[in-house]
Amino acid sequence: MINKQLSSPAEAVADVFDGATIMVSGFGEAGSPIELIHALIDQGATDLTIVSNNTGSGEVGLAALLKAGRVSKVICSFPRTANSTVFPELYRSGKTTLELVPQGTLAERIRAGGAGIPAFYTPAAVGTPLAEGKESRQFDGRDYILEHGLTADFALIKGKAADTYGNVIYNKTARNFGPPMAMAAKNSIVQVSSVVEPGGIDPEIIVTPGIFVDRVVEVANPVHESELVSAGVTYP
Amino acid sequence: MIEQQTLKGWTREEMAQRLAQDIPNGSYVNLGIGIPEMVAKFVPEGRTFIYHTENGLLGMGPSPEEGTGDPELINAGKRHVSAIPGAAFFHHADSFAMIRGGHIDLCVLGAMQVSQQGDLANWSTGAPDAIPAVGGAMDLVAGVKSVYVITQHCTKTGEPKLVESCTFPLTGCKCIDRIYTDLAVIDVTDVGFKLVELCPGVEFEEVQQRTGAPLLR
Repeated sequence: MINKQLSSPAEAVADVFDGATIMVSGFGEAGSPIELIHALIDQGATDLTIVSNNTGSGEVGLAALLKAGRVSKVICSFPRTANSTVFPELYRSGKTTLELVPQGTLAERIRAGGAGIPAFYTPAAVGTPLAEGKESRQFDGRDYILEHGLTADFALIKGKAADTYGNVIYNKTARNFGPPMAMAAKNSIVQVSSVVEPGGIDPEIIVTPGIFVDRVVEVANPVHESELVSAGVTYP
Repeated sequence: MIEQQTLKGWTREEMAQRLAQDIPNGSYVNLGIGIPEMVAKFVPEGRTFIYHTENGLLGMGPSPEEGTGDPELINAGKRHVSAIPGAAFFHHADSFAMIRGGHIDLCVLGAMQVSQQGDLANWSTGAPDAIPAVGGAMDLVAGVKSVYVITQHCTKTGEPKLVESCTFPLTGCKCIDRIYTDLAVIDVTDVGFKLVELCPGVEFEEVQQRTGAPLLR
């Protein structure tokens, strides 16, 4: 009997180790797994490498993890945020390093990592500072640069619903990086508003098949980052 | 010399409206943040454009009333939007396959500088203390079939944004097809900037004076 459901975010992140690489879903607050991130802050793992499109806002969620000093490196396309001084401070003081990646290259590096593709050529960033030091090659007269696939030890992902086999559906634009990240991490952890029995989700609409998901945890009423930020909440 | 006297050119809305006239019916369009977003307000009668937003939505509709938005239904500028009937959601790798794979017809971006070869700089001033952030611009200019820039002709301090070669870090090389400014519509051709249309009341020489490279007629 397969049952990937765990009882709490704390149980789901209990084995995250120091130095781990962790993919975190979300584009801004949409799809950001706040409860899993807060459980990771409580859990205490440090010296983490975070792969995520942004770096959070305010002092909750991803920004709170950074603020707690747990992150030594971020791999990211857009680390500037409207409501946060956390990442800029860490970056300027040299406490957190940044690998800046064009957004589509970031998504494809994650997809490739999950699909067993070690590297691929892309036209994005050719001739820009982000191509410096990278292998390049011409195909049909056009220049491309070599980008490497990304994998991770863990992924923290927010979905809408899952069954106990780990099949996941998402909500609107909160889907964003969740599906490729689920493929690319050794231990993919998904928080959803409701967990159902196998058969409870129409197989035709499943977005992430359960083979890519290791752990499912129900967070019935997830908080929204913007509401916490405007209420001045900080975590812990 | 930089001419500081300001000309009465098109407003931002008029620039967006002028650009919208040039988008063919049925186009799949990605609009950047800022002035580019305004283009959606001026769809010519009888035409339908489908808007792509790179965070996973094709068929983006207008922003809902303040306070009624869904935090999980946003655009690339992280603003609340709506989904039109016939919209589709998808993940980021698919979204950028649409972009990189040449499936999006047109993208409209802002600019810090555009060179006469069509190079674009729009993500960084290269200042040492700046936090670098690139987003999806490099993928868009590398993959979308046509890339238009919409921008003020000069910076706030009067420096030309249309230049011989960019001094800011590049977003992409030879990627811009056409530029809509407050003063003119200008094509990027194999031989440099070429005037398509002047804003009414603006003279060719006045535009040339404010352009950092030769402007062909």
